Amino acid sequence: MSEELRELYQEVILDHGKNPRNFRDVKDATCHAHGNNPLCGDQLVVYLKIGEGDVIEDVSFVGNGCAISVASASMMTELVKGKTIAQTEHLFERFHAMCTGDEDHSDDGTLADDDMDRLSVLSGVRAFPVRVKCATLAWHTMNAAIHGQDESTTEV
Amino acid sequence: MNDAAAVLSVADAPYDAQAYRRDFPILGETVHGKPLVYLDSAASAQKPRQVIDAVRDVYEHGYANVHRGVHYMSERATDAYEGARTKVREFLNARHDREIIFNRNSTEAINMVAQTHGRRFLAPGDEILISVMEHHSNIVPWQMLCEEKGLVLKAAPVTDDGELRLDDFAAMLTDRTKLVAITHTSNALGTITDAAGIVRLAHDAGAKVLFDGSQAAVHMPVDVQALDCDFYVFTGHKLYGPSGVGVLYGKEALLEAMPPFLGGGEMISHVTLEKSTWAGLPNKFEAGTPMIAQAIGLGVAIDYVSAIGMERIAAHEEDLRRYATQRLASVPGLRIYGTAPRKAAVISFSIEGIHPHDIATIIDHAGVACRAGHHCAQPLMDRLGVTALTRASFGLYSTQSDADCLVDALEMAREFLG
Ligand SMILES: Cc1ncc(COP(=O)(O)O)c(C=O)c1O
Repeated sequence: MSEELRELYQEVILDHGKNPRNFRDVKDATCHAHGNNPLCGDQLVVYLKIGEGDVIEDVSFVGNGCAISVASASMMTELVKGKTIAQTEHLFERFHAMCTGDEDHSDDGTLADDDMDRLSVLSGVRAFPVRVKCATLAWHTMNAAIHGQDESTTEV
Repeated sequence: MNDAAAVLSVADAPYDAQAYRRDFPILGETVHGKPLVYLDSAASAQKPRQVIDAVRDVYEHGYANVHRGVHYMSERATDAYEGARTKVREFLNARHDREIIFNRNSTEAINMVAQTHGRRFLAPGDEILISVMEHHSNIVPWQMLCEEKGLVLKAAPVTDDGELRLDDFAAMLTDRTKLVAITHTSNALGTITDAAGIVRLAHDAGAKVLFDGSQAAVHMPVDVQALDCDFYVFTGHKLYGPSGVGVLYGKEALLEAMPPFLGGGEMISHVTLEKSTWAGLPNKFEAGTPMIAQAIGLGVAIDYVSAIGMERIAAHEEDLRRYATQRLASVPGLRIYGTAPRKAAVISFSIEGIHPHDIATIIDHAGVACRAGHHCAQPLMDRLGVTALTRASFGLYSTQSDADCLVDALEMAREFLG
């Protein structure tokens, strides 16, 4: 088994992939969006409950996908719960930069470093360009939901 | 030995896949440090040296625009291009060269029929009948036409095994069915449809028939006259030829009656600023400078498979399919989708608890190239209740060892992710 593969499929990812957290809908969601990866047909829905002060009070997802996309969605829901929309958008920006290897945006000092530390297990996708979209699908979808769009694809 | 005996002995000689493999330079490549095990021929087949050389030879020794010059090079290129048309005609056993239209690929060929025959001869309320196991390229052009013309698109069902049963098909035909467009072999399941039965029933109902032969023409001999189909399409890159060239076969009378697809050079007889008249077949449907070298390369690919014999290729692939199916059955949690009685060497499967994308990524690191995804057949995936499958597809150069490598790689993926 190659080093690159081990980097990609770390224990944490396999665990989230098999036992996704917040894998449910949110009954009193204030917004949601459908995510679609046209390349593989994977689909998911992200639900958000945004409360006072733009704080994400609850977030969840349903759907199916590969280990990478499910793990990324699962970790995302854990990390953004309790954050404001602005904080969440920052985190998405940095996460996206990490996945695509864009160092310029990878640190702007506004986020707790343990968030990026936790997400760093997904940095293995950099060696697999076609899988970057798997890692970012849930995030794009969450972003679409926040901005009142009900659909998102990885083709953006 | 006399000549007849020599010919016989070639046909009877054991199928030497190893010898054919040596004709395909790419099969000697390594990926991720492992020898390439190419099991994605249904997406696109690799090219033999003969085709690669032929394309280079065109550019080095025989290239100019076709049908346009009186000079030597133009004549030579035109002869080679038209020679390729003759080879395609023989390959499909069409009656006339002018029934063979070159275009870019199957997708363009189907769109051509939709936008010319379909747009001219179908009227609001008329029905087009496809099946649920079509490739998107045999769905979307019809949806577009239906939208534009107020036609009705219907899809014949398949069984859980992925078989298109003739009685189910017949039940979908009505007196409004004007066109039947069905795959001759499913790219996702490998199912070979009962083409002759479909034509008989469709013609009885007064409908024309188009076969999507993208997968069939590469796995078995095709005879469009025996089938009596009205249109047949296939794509060069899956038949060991270059990408960028495809074929539409149409019965002469139908092609004659159809308006042109694209307007421009090459497809006209006479042009004034007020009005133009069309060239005869096949030029009417070949506007602009065609894919010259690619068509010539396709002709050489046809020579190549014909020298081996499509019957023998079909038999080899059938042996492989049986072998691979039986080997795959030993992988715990593996389920094969598509178990129709007549199948080409295309095997789609799932493994419990592992997503096809993860399978494909991991086996790729063992050198094994398989496709994972919806295989451009989302309605079929919906019918089967899955979003994605992994697909192993075999070609004339595939061997039992390829199937063994696949099984070993899958075992590894299971250990890693299962
Ligand atoms: C059954 C079938 N139809 C149509 C196509 C489309 O072929 P092309 O992309 O060359 O137009 C394919 C291949 O992708 C196919 O397998």
